[in-house]
Parts: sequence; structure tokens; C-alpha cells
Amino acid sequence: MQTERQSDILERASRYVETVIRPQSGEFDQNQAISEEVIFGMAERGFLGAAIPTEYGGLGLDPLNYGIFTKIFGKACSSTRTLLTVHTSLVCETLLKLGSTYQKEKYLKDLANGRRIGCFALSEPNAGSNINDLQTKCEEQEDYFILNGKKKWISFGEVADLFLVVATEQGIIKTFIVESSMPGIEIQPMKGMLAGRATHMAEVTLRDMKVPKEQLVGIYGKGFNIVVNTALFYGRYSIAWAGLAIVESALEEMTKYARTREQFGQKIGQFQLVKRMIANAVTDVHAAQSLCNRAGELRNANNDEAIMETNIAKYFTSKAAFRVASDAVQVLGGNGCWNEYPVERLFRESKILEIIEGTSQIQQILIADYGIQKYSTNTMERRSGYEKVHDFS
Amino acid sequence: MNRTEVYNQIRDFIIKNMEAFNDGEDLADSDNIFEKGFVSSIFAIRLLHFIESKFDIEVSDEMIVLENFSSVDNIANLVKQLKGRNTHAN
Repeated sequence: MQTERQSDILERASRYVETVIRPQSGEFDQNQAISEEVIFGMAERGFLGAAIPTEYGGLGLDPLNYGIFTKIFGKACSSTRTLLTVHTSLVCETLLKLGSTYQKEKYLKDLANGRRIGCFALSEPNAGSNINDLQTKCEEQEDYFILNGKKKWISFGEVADLFLVVATEQGIIKTFIVESSMPGIEIQPMKGMLAGRATHMAEVTLRDMKVPKEQLVGIYGKGFNIVVNTALFYGRYSIAWAGLAIVESALEEMTKYARTREQFGQKIGQFQLVKRMIANAVTDVHAAQSLCNRAGELRNANNDEAIMETNIAKYFTSKAAFRVASDAVQVLGGNGCWNEYPVERLFRESKILEIIEGTSQIQQILIADYGIQKYSTNTMERRSGYEKVHDFS
Repeated sequence: MNRTEVYNQIRDFIIKNMEAFNDGEDLADSDNIFEKGFVSSIFAIRLLHFIESKFDIEVSDEMIVLENFSSVDNIANLVKQLKGRNTHAN
């Protein structure tokens, strides 16, 4: 339900985005960095703790409104939205759900009000979709762990104060809170990316890093990667809304241009083949919005279906973002290929959404497995075993 | 909700979400659902959401340990413990 307070937060976010972020988004991209002023500006307005309850210093947006909040930023600047994805969704929401009381007291409050910036260090040079291939190792000692390994493509790694680092020990995956001030960490900025250029991306090397045991997040066990899966769930939710943001933004640019650009003596929006692209984009916007709303409503209700609906939404909106951004470039023609117009950036940014927080191919596998279970008759056949053992009372 | 109902709800949820190509495998209450490969790793987070919403409880971080989620028996015991009342059948 939309409370007056939540609406007010969304309005404040919109004003900030339209007056401060949107005018600079192209510049951020070209300079390959979001300005410190914007990071501080978001922090002092509480935006970096948007999804965190007020008791931890956050704004207390419910998941649905946090999705809308994410879209507001994503429509204007994907790199700024990425800060929300990694800091607020992947780090803050995960610590809120699975962090210890100590971790929440020590870190979550500082993260929510932006005194510290957090990022998520999972990907490695040789491990992406398959986290069982991680080569970053943790070795348990008496009262600490020793971490060794290399992380790559870590958004905001260059400026983060703490990292959620995922490592393995004898095939068991563990997640740690690592502070950038701890000895043994080396941060190397990464440039030359297709998109996410302003996200302070970095390669992070850990060498014989001593991490106290109280920095271990949640629990672990073979086949029970709940910390990583929880973080990726929050991340995917954010990316689902990020996809919607790009779809909507690309449609707005496409229609604005089609109404004014003239060829052959008429507006190009009057040509049927241009109308086809616009019709497809409008349909994608509406479908993407519906999927995101559904995932948000299920999260608001703490319904477990939110997990798969989020995967479906992320898969659809990221594909739609690339489709519609590509058509927007087509409608704008030469101007669509020029960085004086935002669609050139939208096109590049849209591709990234099909890769991060689980590629489209990984989503297809998850969605197909879910569909086979849900829509086949196999579940009924299994009930023979069910009948046999449930009569225990 | 009595013990039987709690067990049935848990079993029904797991069965509906078991890996699709494990036909012929029966789920016993003591089976470790992760070690036996009955469910995927992403299922753990769905299971947590399910338990919290279905039984109207909040699982604190120190209770999110593998053992509490690894079998129907252990999940039922966790629910019983968090509900703070006896869920045994009459």
C-alpha cells in the first residue's frame, strides 16, 4: 500500500534525479566516474538505505516502492542505479536478512546512512555463472580466516569501504565482510568497459588477508548457498526494475523523436514500420511493469513465489531493455549512434543487464526447471511416496 | 495447526519443488534434501520465505543453519520451536 511517507520519498527521489543526476549522466559516462558529490548527495538524503528499516537508519521503503525507487534512478542514469543495486540491494538487504546482530550494529547502520559504501565481490577471472568454480579460498584458523584470491568486475570496488567477499573452503562457499582498510587487499580500477563505465569498477586481490571470524556472514553448508542466493535474489530484483527503467526510457526517447523528425515530408512516427517498433516497445513496457509489480507485491507479502517471479521479471526486462534500446537506436538513426543523445548509452547499458546477477541463459535454466515442476504432472506421481510416510500421527 | 498439518505443509511444498527428473525417488521425512539432490541451491531461499510466511514466524539469523532446513523432520522441529507451542498431533 502506498503510504503518504513512501510517496513523499519517491517524490524527493524524482526531484533529485531530475535536477542533479539526469543532467550529469552523460558526463559521468564520459568521465568514467559518478561524482563524489552525487554519492554524498544520495547518502545525506538517505537514498543509499532506501530499502532498510528506519531502526537501522534507512528510509524503510517496502520492496514494491523500493523497486519504483530503483526505476526512478535507472531511467536517468544506469551507473547511479548500479550503486543502489550493489550497495543497497546486494549488501544492505543481505546483511539485514542474514547478518548477525554484531554485523548489523557495526555495519548496517553505517551503510544505510551512507557513511560506508559497500559492494559485492563474487565474480572472478575464471568464475562467473558457476560459483562452484570460485578460486578465492578461505582457510579457517583459530579465530580468523585467511583469504586469498582475485575478484573481477566489482562495481564500486574502487570506492567501497567494505566488500561482501565470497570464497570457498573445501567446496563449501562462505561469505565474509571485508573492510578495505584491512591489510592484504589490493584494488585496481578497471577501465574500457562497454557499459557501467561510471561505476568505479575494480579488480580486487586478496593476499593472505586475515579476516576475524565474526566477519563471516550467515551459515554455510554443502548445497546450501543461502547467503549468495539471497544476495543474488535482491540483486536480480534490482536488475528487473533496472531493465524496466531502460525499456521505459528508450520508449520515451523513441516516441519523442518519432513525433518531431521528418523524412519524405512527414513525421517518421507516421510510417508503419516505425509504428511497429513503437507498438512492440509499448507492449514491452507494460509487460515489464506488470512483472516487476508482481514480484514486488509478492515480496511485500513475504511470499516465496517472489523468488521465481523475480527471476522471470529479470529475464524478461533485461531482454526487453536490449530489444527496445536497439529499436530506439534504429528510430534515431545516426543520432542514435551519437552520445549527444541518451539512447546510445541506453543501448550499451541494456546489454549488461543480460549478463549481471545471473545471465539470461542461467535464468532460462532456472525458469525452465521451475516450469517443468509446476506445469507437469510429475508432482502427482510422487505423491505415492508422500502417502506412505505422512501417516505418522 | 497440529503436527500432522505442519508436516503435510512442509512435505507438500518440498515435493512440489523437487528436481523434475528425480522420478521414482520418494521423500522420507529424515532425508537430507540438499545432500540427496532433491532440490536446487536456490530452493533454500524459497524454503526460508515459505516457512516464515506459511507459519507466520521469523527465523532469526542464528537459526538459519543448514541442519534446521535439511529435512522435513528438522524443518518441522524448527517451526515447532519458533511457534513456541506443542504442534504434536492429538
